[in-house]
Amino acid sequence: MTTSIRSLAADLRQGTTSAAELTQDYLQRIQRLDQQLNSYISVAPERALAQARAADERLANGDSSLLCGIPIAHKDLFCTRDLATTCASKMLANFVPPYDATVVERIDAAGAITLGKTNLDEFAMGSSNENSVFGAVKNPWDLTCVPGGSSGGSAAAVAADLCLAATGTDTGGSIRQPAAFCGITGLKPTYGRVSRLGMVAYASSLDQGGVMAKSADDCAILLEAMAGFDAKDSTSSERPVTPYSQHLNKSIKGLRIGVPRQYFNDQLDATMAALLQDALNELEKQGAKLIEIDLLQTELAIPAYYIIAPAEASTNLSRYDGVRYGYRCENPTDLQDLYIRSRSEGFGKEVQRRILVGTYSLSSGYYDAYYGQAQRARRLIAEDFAQAFSHVDIIASPTTPGPAFALGSKTQDPVAMYLEDIYTLAVNLAGLPGLSMPAGFYDHRPVGLQLIGNHFDEATLLRTAHQYQQNTDWHTRRPSLSTGAEA
Amino acid sequence: MSVTTSQLADVATLARLQLDAEQAEPVTQAINQILGLVDQLQALDLQAVVPMAHPRDEIQRLRADIVTETNQREAFQALAPAAEDGLYVVPPVIE
Repeated sequence: MTTSIRSLAADLRQGTTSAAELTQDYLQRIQRLDQQLNSYISVAPERALAQARAADERLANGDSSLLCGIPIAHKDLFCTRDLATTCASKMLANFVPPYDATVVERIDAAGAITLGKTNLDEFAMGSSNENSVFGAVKNPWDLTCVPGGSSGGSAAAVAADLCLAATGTDTGGSIRQPAAFCGITGLKPTYGRVSRLGMVAYASSLDQGGVMAKSADDCAILLEAMAGFDAKDSTSSERPVTPYSQHLNKSIKGLRIGVPRQYFNDQLDATMAALLQDALNELEKQGAKLIEIDLLQTELAIPAYYIIAPAEASTNLSRYDGVRYGYRCENPTDLQDLYIRSRSEGFGKEVQRRILVGTYSLSSGYYDAYYGQAQRARRLIAEDFAQAFSHVDIIASPTTPGPAFALGSKTQDPVAMYLEDIYTLAVNLAGLPGLSMPAGFYDHRPVGLQLIGNHFDEATLLRTAHQYQQNTDWHTRRPSLSTGAEA
Repeated sequence: MSVTTSQLADVATLARLQLDAEQAEPVTQAINQILGLVDQLQALDLQAVVPMAHPRDEIQRLRADIVTETNQREAFQALAPAAEDGLYVVPPVIE
């Protein structure tokens, strides 16, 4: 059975359940089922129950926030005051932030309950959630497969109903890819729509916080609560937030959907192509127009991204020096030894690899050939999208090349892992919003259709997904886990 | 372009990372695979294109140069691996 935020909000107001009861139920589910998934790094029962009591009081006083009393989880990359924020790294294993991320502050203010912090690839670097110092996360649809990454814990927890919805972050696909692999809806907003304050930095010109939930409707409600201008983030947009949930019910008749020839070509797996075509046909049946388009610079996205992201990571992660906070090595002999050993012992393999690539591409003599060139390619990619949006409203593409892959199958080959992000990276380079919605099953594993919007047009993405979900039931399917299974 | 193990050791020094002898070879190989992936950009003539630093081509907002934060030294130093008398403690730099 699938529960929505809207229906629970109604139950809470009718008194058929309470925030305390709901929170208790979710905490028990996590305790009973999460050993199989490892989707949470930490669970915060006392804090959650205290928040639930406060929510029940607000509800008794007629609070109108749809999120009041709704149990959610935060990716363990968002700073939570007095609650450990690890980034799945040994470097921050004991880090307890003295402040809340703006996203956390806003969701708290709306009355939602934080059940705990979800697992991820270390510092959000990965596409499988296997790069976590707290261990890999399993895909609830198939425990031998990855849930995707880097927001793999959030995706698995939402899919297995270990929280109603969760936050995620997306630098190159980290919300959309795990959402696709776990059969949920995930939205990466426009760059600047959601504050980055208190979201631990990976690549600052690409990072964006977003939402992961069981439906487009739930995503709309959560995004409305967390989006908006933040004076403390200099890249945050001053544009007013669209009331997304009020736009969901408009028909998509006449909507122009661009279908890029470069994405739906003979390199796309035939089963994927057939599933995604069915989804496009459904949208067409509802009155949308499918228009073939070209995104000619598509192949530049992977090389540009894998220069820009590591370059920014290498500068961002230089702050971890073993002095002010985070891991420090034992018995350093001098200051250089302190820096070098703290960083080498504190960061995992993939993080070190990206720091090295980034340091190399930014180093004297290589800067222009690598970083400068990648930023020029970035402009071509952005212009390619701008051109497309002059004659279509949204663009459809696969979210991933295939369904979730087996745990361990790509860990020895970083390039094979990077190619998993082929359909999602360009969206971050161009700062556009992107959504993944469930669009069917491939050998019992979910697959996603990605919808890409123009800057700040999250409303159209959410509306399209919502209209699709009114006429299909892929998003209502839930995996059954072996203990206490609820199909 | 590709790097040798000794070039990578120099890069590691810049990044304040340590490459163990047994890691040096596989890490160099992995990095060269990644550089191979990004090398296709080198062949393009993009000199006429202006580099794009911000994904929406915007300039970051500036604020008035006034103090807005309060002093939270104690809360911040409580996070430090070693702090004493309001100072961060590190190994001696000068003997």
